[in-house]
Amino acid sequence: MGRISLNQVTKSFGDVNVIPPLDLDINEGEFVVFVGPSGCGKSTLLRLIAGLEDVTSGEIRIDGQDATMVPPAKRGLAMVFQSYALYPHMSVAKNIAFPLRMAGMNKAEQDKRVAHAAKVLNLADYLDRRPGQLSGGQRQRVAIGRAIVREPAAFLFDEPLSNLDAALRVNMRLEISELHNTLKTTMIYVTHDQVEAMTMADKIVVLQAGRIEQVGSPMELYRTPRNTFVAGFIGSPKMNLIEGPEAARHDAHTIGIRPEHLAISTTEGAWKGVVGVSEHLGSDTFLHVHQTGLAETITLRAPGELELRHGDTVYMTPEADKLHRFGPDGLRLA
Amino acid sequence: MSRAVTPQRKFAVTLLAWAIGLLIFFPILWTIITSFKTEAEAIASPPSFLFFNWTTEAYEAVNQRSDYLKHFMNSVIISFGSTALGLLIAIPAAWSMAFVPGRRTKDVLMWMLSTKMLPPVGVLIPIYLIFRDTGLLDSRIGLVIVLTLINLPIIIWMLFTYFREIPGEILEAARMDGATLREEIVYILTPMAVPGIASTLLLNVILSWNEAFWTLNLTAAKAAPLTAFIASFSSPEGLFYAKLSAASTMAIAPILIIGWFSQKQLVRGLTFGAVK
Repeated sequence: MGRISLNQVTKSFGDVNVIPPLDLDINEGEFVVFVGPSGCGKSTLLRLIAGLEDVTSGEIRIDGQDATMVPPAKRGLAMVFQSYALYPHMSVAKNIAFPLRMAGMNKAEQDKRVAHAAKVLNLADYLDRRPGQLSGGQRQRVAIGRAIVREPAAFLFDEPLSNLDAALRVNMRLEISELHNTLKTTMIYVTHDQVEAMTMADKIVVLQAGRIEQVGSPMELYRTPRNTFVAGFIGSPKMNLIEGPEAARHDAHTIGIRPEHLAISTTEGAWKGVVGVSEHLGSDTFLHVHQTGLAETITLRAPGELELRHGDTVYMTPEADKLHRFGPDGLRLA
Repeated sequence: MSRAVTPQRKFAVTLLAWAIGLLIFFPILWTIITSFKTEAEAIASPPSFLFFNWTTEAYEAVNQRSDYLKHFMNSVIISFGSTALGLLIAIPAAWSMAFVPGRRTKDVLMWMLSTKMLPPVGVLIPIYLIFRDTGLLDSRIGLVIVLTLINLPIIIWMLFTYFREIPGEILEAARMDGATLREEIVYILTPMAVPGIASTLLLNVILSWNEAFWTLNLTAAKAAPLTAFIASFSSPEGLFYAKLSAASTMAIAPILIIGWFSQKQLVRGLTFGAVK
């Protein structure tokens, strides 16, 4: 259960073509993350799968069945929204039980499942409260509870963590990953945060302007980005992209090197520059180096205890086998 | 930051507010006082304010001459009936305009509102003739229908503004949870909009209760509500102020009491969803 495939799916809003023809296969039990900058069509794609938007053309199949024209209620998918979308007039227990009630399940079975979900999600003490009396993290858990009780074919998450504060976000990220390990149900997760994508996904789908730029495991995308967009989007801080004579020297239009693949020295190295802002994170220091003649800023990762001041001269040497080469069309060169 | 208000200023403003309030309320107060006078005292000049012979003579006369309870029941049935029917039509209509607006939704809303700008007397004759030919004249059903139609634009507009405050994602969540369109409206939208629906209901009951133009023109005896009951004491009898006042007091008392108890909802309704 939980195999979803999109076949030549397109979506237009009036004259605006949001999704050009797109093919995608999501396997049973996979944790798939749609990631991309805002406006790239990732939420629209999720809503097409959910059935909340109708496709303009193409076909969506869920577990082999054509679901293109099936209303959302009948697709057997559960969704967690960015705003949580809890029913404010119902208690937590009633919120979680709502999909079961709609399915006409008997009260005893409803109570059993709600109690189980509440236990899994640490909500047992809050079942009689209204959503308005809960914190953001608890609300998010109720929304997840409402999704898991029905044992759906797949879970759809639409930026579920963006309304939470940073610490809670890390916690919930772990909880959702944990949930996926336990339930082994297909999950499709939309985010603009590449850290969430990297840490949670089995498979990442990078989208830009409705087009799929690359599909692959987090490490595949990190090691062999297919083009400069994916190269710049995946990884934090961003990969340094360098054009001009230095790139030509490597027989490429653009070369890319990640900040963590640059060795630093104060005495000698391949490239020379002047230190601008240094961001001390404790474990690491991110240096923003200017006046290199390569690009406006070269970012590099240095050890945490590094003592360098604004204006100091530094030398950098890229690890040769970690250099990415791209052609004039932005595509990766072999 | 709240603005600083001096006690003197606060006192002056409070006094002014009370003065305006009393000024507005005075005619109603005067009607109530007059209803307890004899006909002679009612037209005495100069009029006496509180120190006269209080009597329920006028009430007795009114009750002897006509059947208050019948008119009261007509008013109840017509105002609540037209409100219930109106809500039944308006809830789905407002749902579709708020959540699945089309390209013409705005125009439709404006058009509905524009019907309220039409002077009702302009359509009196056609409606009168239709009612005569269909046997709806002087029937409660006929009045329920006409008042529903008259107030429907306002009901839809009010509900529309309330519904628009409800986030669409919640309805989408219900759809994902397996709710049909009917279940979505019954279990999610309506309970969430209860405050809005309640104030719409109240305002509409009051509007229908007070509606006089159509009720006077389309009824004679059987279906006549309290507005017609009051009117019956003015024209044919000449100027019998005490009886007229007694009839008016009896007619406005129920709605005044309902209004008193539901002030909070009403104020929300009258501000038309502007205050959240």
